[in-house]
Amino acid sequence: MNFETTIGLEVHVELKTKTKMFSPSPVEFGDEPNTNTNVIDFGMPGVLPKVNKQAYRYGIMVASALNATITRDTHFDRKNYFYPDNPKAYQITQFEKPLGTDGWIEIEVDGKKKKIGITELHVEEDAGKNTHSEDGYSYVDLNRQGTPLIEIVSKPDIASPDEAYAYLEKLRQIVQFTGASDVKMEEGSMRVDTNISIRPIGQSDYGVKTELKNLNSFNFVRKGLAYEEKRQARELMAGGVIRQETRRYDDATGQTYLMRVKEGSDDYRYFPEPDIPPFHLDDAWIKEIQASIPEMPEKRRARYVQEFGLPEYDANVLTATKEMSDFFDAAVAQKADPKLISNWLMGEVNAYMNDKKLDLQETKLTPENLATMVKLITDGTISSKIAKKVFKETITNGTEPKEYVEAKGLAQLSDPAKLTPIIDGVLDSNQQSIDDFKNGKDRAIGFLVGQIMKQTKGKADPKVVNQILMTELKKR
Amino acid sequence: MISKAQVSHVAKLARLEFNETELENFTSQLDKIVEFVDQLEAVDTTGVEPTTHISNAINVFREDVPQKEATRTELLKNVPEQADGLIRVPAIIEKEEGE
Amino acid sequence: MNYFDEDIASLHEKLVHKEITVRQLVEATFEQIEAKDEKINAFVTLNKAAALEKADALDAKGIDEATILAGIPLAIKDNIVTKGLRTTASSHILDNFEPVYNATVMDKLDAKDTITVGKTNLDEFAMGGSTETSYFGVTRNPWQLDKVPGGSSGGSAAAVAAGEVIAALGTDTGGSIRQPAAFNGIFGIKPTYGRVSRWGLMAFGSSLDQIGVLSRSVKDSALVLNAISGQDAHDGTSIDTAVPDFTAALGQSVKGMKIAVPKEYMGEGIDPDIVAAVKAAIATFEKLGATVDEVTLPYTKYAVPAYYIIASSEASSNLQRYDGIRYGFRAKDVHSLDDVYIKSRSEGFGDEVKRRIMLGTFSLSAGYYDAYFKKAAQVRTLIKQDFEKIFETHDLILGPTTPTPAYGIGEKITDPVTMYLNDILTIPANLAGIPAASMPAGFSKAGLPIGVQLMAKTLNETAIFTAADAFEKATTFHKQVPEFKGGQN
Repeated sequence: MNFETTIGLEVHVELKTKTKMFSPSPVEFGDEPNTNTNVIDFGMPGVLPKVNKQAYRYGIMVASALNATITRDTHFDRKNYFYPDNPKAYQITQFEKPLGTDGWIEIEVDGKKKKIGITELHVEEDAGKNTHSEDGYSYVDLNRQGTPLIEIVSKPDIASPDEAYAYLEKLRQIVQFTGASDVKMEEGSMRVDTNISIRPIGQSDYGVKTELKNLNSFNFVRKGLAYEEKRQARELMAGGVIRQETRRYDDATGQTYLMRVKEGSDDYRYFPEPDIPPFHLDDAWIKEIQASIPEMPEKRRARYVQEFGLPEYDANVLTATKEMSDFFDAAVAQKADPKLISNWLMGEVNAYMNDKKLDLQETKLTPENLATMVKLITDGTISSKIAKKVFKETITNGTEPKEYVEAKGLAQLSDPAKLTPIIDGVLDSNQQSIDDFKNGKDRAIGFLVGQIMKQTKGKADPKVVNQILMTELKKR
Repeated sequence: MISKAQVSHVAKLARLEFNETELENFTSQLDKIVEFVDQLEAVDTTGVEPTTHISNAINVFREDVPQKEATRTELLKNVPEQADGLIRVPAIIEKEEGE
Repeated sequence: MNYFDEDIASLHEKLVHKEITVRQLVEATFEQIEAKDEKINAFVTLNKAAALEKADALDAKGIDEATILAGIPLAIKDNIVTKGLRTTASSHILDNFEPVYNATVMDKLDAKDTITVGKTNLDEFAMGGSTETSYFGVTRNPWQLDKVPGGSSGGSAAAVAAGEVIAALGTDTGGSIRQPAAFNGIFGIKPTYGRVSRWGLMAFGSSLDQIGVLSRSVKDSALVLNAISGQDAHDGTSIDTAVPDFTAALGQSVKGMKIAVPKEYMGEGIDPDIVAAVKAAIATFEKLGATVDEVTLPYTKYAVPAYYIIASSEASSNLQRYDGIRYGFRAKDVHSLDDVYIKSRSEGFGDEVKRRIMLGTFSLSAGYYDAYFKKAAQVRTLIKQDFEKIFETHDLILGPTTPTPAYGIGEKITDPVTMYLNDILTIPANLAGIPAASMPAGFSKAGLPIGVQLMAKTLNETAIFTAADAFEKATTFHKQVPEFKGGQN
C-alpha cells in the first residue's frame, strides 16, 4: 500500500519588543526569577491588560510578509486553563478573529517550487516557566509570562518532512527579515509543534494525527517527522491503528516515544476578552505598517543578481540573514565594488565569524570600513595581500582602514615619478640582466622586478613597475 | 435536564469538587437556573451581532515603553509557598510544560 | 458631630475654619462606627491607625480651601484594592490578602486627601443582592435589623445610612449600588461603563462592573464622582472624554425635561407601596415642569437570564486566578497540584460564587457557547437598542429600583432563581452600559425605604444629577434617619 503524508506546523515566534504583550514589564532574559514582573504578570486581583502597540505592529508586518489578509475588525479572546505558569488561568490570545488569515509562502524542494498555505496567524502572550525539581515540588518563574508571541498555523499542504524543513527555513527567513523576531530555535524565540498523519493514496479523509513535541531544531523536526511517517506506515501495514497522541522525539535514538494519549479535545472555553476594547483598524495605519516592512529576501536576491550582476549563489548566501544582507547593502551604498564586497563577506568575514563564534553585528566590522577597504584595493592603494592585514585589524579592533594604511605606511608605490628613478637605479647596477633581456632571456625581467620590490620593501605596484621597466629597458 | 455527570464535568473544568449531597444540590439548582436562562431561546436573534464590549473605546494600545512598578519582594509578599524568589507548587506531573 | 446633620460642604467649611480638626472628625467617625457597627456589621476591616495618622498629617498641613474632599472620611467597598490594607472581596479565599497596589480610584481619592476609614462588607465577590453571601457575616439593614441591607454594596449602603460615614464607594455589576441604596434610603449612582477606571476593582463581570458612589445627599455623590471619574491609562475600557463638573448639574430646573416610564417596570411583581411611591415621584416631576410618558422596553424580561449568563461567564474566567498559588488562601494538607487548585477553591469559595462559576463555565463550555454565551450577548444588543430608541426622544427613564423593599435575612437566600429575578429593574442599565441612580422616594407601610431609579443615556450622568437634586429639594425622604429597629441586640 502506498501512503501520502499530511503535515501541519504550528510555529510560535517571540517578538522583539521592549515590553510584554499586555503589561509594561521589560522583556529580558536571563535575569533573576520573577524580577521582570509586575502586578499584571502576577495576575493580581483587579489588574487589567493593555495591548503593546509595537507587538501588534510586528504582527501585522509578519502577516503581510506571509501574504496574509489583515483582519480589520477583531478582538482578543481568553483561552481558559489552569496551570501554574499561567497566572490568570487564562491566556489572552486571538481565537475567533485572528490578526491575519489565508497567507502563503513558496518553498523549493529538489528544484520544485510549491506554495504552502497559512491558515492564520495571531498575536498572544507567552506563559511563565515551570521548573521541576527532585524535591517533589515545581517552581514558577513569571519573567517570561506575557512575552509577546505570534502563532503561525500552516494549512495541511505540507506533504513530506523535507517540505516541512523547507517551510520552516523559509518562514524563519521571512520573519527574520521583518525584524519582528530573532527566530532562534536554540534560544526558544522560535518554537515548533507539528502534527502528522498518513493515508492511503486516493483516500479523501485525512488519517489520524499524532503530535510531535520537543523538537529543538529544524533537523529534529525533519528527522522526527520522517521517523513518525515510517512508524505510522509500519503500524497500518501491520493492520494496526494510529491513536491520537502526543509523542516526543529523542535524537539519541532517532525515534519518537509516546508522551500521552489525547482523550477528547481540551475545552478552553474561549470567549471575547472583555477587558480589551475591540479593534477597527483603518487602512491608513495598516498601509503605513506595510510600507515599513524591510525588503524581503526574495526581492533582495533578484536585485543582487540584476542590479549588481552577482551570481545566484552569492545572492543566496548574502540573504541568509537580514544582518548579512543589510550589511552588504550598506557597504555597496558606499560605492564599493559589489562582487568584491560579496567575496569578502562570504570568505574572510564568514570565516572570522565562524572562527570566533560571533554574529556579524557582534564583530567590530562596519559596512563603511569594509567598503573603504575594498575601495583601497580597487584604486590600487593596497594590494590584496596587504588587504588581509588591514581586514584583520579592522574586524578585530574596528580601526578605520585608510588611517591604518597611512599610519602603517602600507600604501602601494604607484607614482611613476617616484618609481622611475628607483627602476633606473636598479638597471644601472644590473647591466648583465639588461644584456640577458636583450638576448631574449625573459627570466631577467623577474630578477629585475624582484630587485625593484626589494628596494621598495614590497610596496611598489607590480603593474606600474612592469610598464616602466619595459619602457626603460627599451631605452637602454 | 442537567445531569449530575454534566455538573461533575463542569466542576472539573472549574477546579471545584462537591461531595454527594452538594452535588445533588448543585445539580438541582443549576438545573433550575439553566431552565430559567433557557427562556432566551424564545428571542429571535437572527443576524443580531453579539455585544461583548459596552464602552465606546476602540483600538486602545499602549506604547512599548518598559516600566518597573513593584519589587519582587512586594509581588511575592502574598505567595503562600516560595523559595529563592520562585513560587513553589507541588510537583507538576500530569502534563508537559507550556501550551 | 453627627453625619445626619452634615454634608461634605458643611464638613469642609468646619475643617477650613478649624471649627474641628481632621483628627476630631476621624475620631468622631470611628466613635459612630464603634457604636453602630456591632449592630449592622457594615465593615470588614477598619483602618483606624492609618486614618488617624493621615488626619494628623492633614491637620499639620492645613486643609486646602479648594479641595472640598480634603480630610473627609470615606468607606470603601472591600472589592476595591487598597495598597497595604487588607482587601477580601468578603471571601475566605482572600481573607489574608494585602494588595501591593492601589486601585486608580484610591489614587484619585488620595490626591484629594480623603481618608479611608475602612473596607465595607459585600456579597462574596459582589455576587448577590443581600450581603448574605459574605464570608464575614451578613450586614444588617439599619432601618430594621432583621432585614437585609441589599447588596452587593450592602456594607457601603448601611454605613452611609447608619451615619457611620458621609459617603462610600460601591460597585455595581447588576444593581449592586442602586439596590442597596434603595433598601437603605440613600442616593447611589452607577456611572456610565468606562466613566470610572476599573483598575484595582476585583473583577466580577468585566463588561458590566462599574465603580460608583453612595451618599445621603445627591450633591455629595456628585462631589465624590467628580474626584474618581476620568480616563485611565491602566484601563483600556475607560472612556476618553472630558468629565463634566457634576455639581454644575445641581440646582438646575427640570422644566421641559422628558422622562420616560417603561410599562414593563411597573407591571406584575412590583410591590404596591413601591408602585405608589413611583407614581408620587412622577407627580413630583410633573409639578416641577417635566413631562412624563409611558414607553416600552420590550426585551426587559430577557435581561435577567442574559445578565446571569454573561456575568457568570465572565466571572468564571475572572475568578480562575484564585487558585491558591500566588496569593490568598491555600488549602492545608495538599499533596498534588490538583489538590492545591481544587481544595483551595472548593474550601475558599462560598456556594453562591460556586453556583455562578458553574453556570458560567457551563455557558462557555464546548457545545453550549452558541446557545448560552453568544445568545445572551445577542440579546444584550437588543436590550441596548431598546434603550437607544427611548433616549432618542427622552432625557431620562424613571421607574422603581427594586420590586420590593428590603426583605428578611434568610428569606430568599435558598432560592437562587427568585433571588436573581429581584435584579430585573437594575440589570438592564449594566447590560446597556448606561448611567443609573437610585434616590430615596418614600417608605413602605412597614417603614422600609423605597428607591426610585433614574437612568440616562451613555455619559449623561448630568441629567440624572439634575433630576435627582431637584427631587431631593422637593421632598424630605433623604432626611429620614434609621432607628436600628428590632433584630438581634
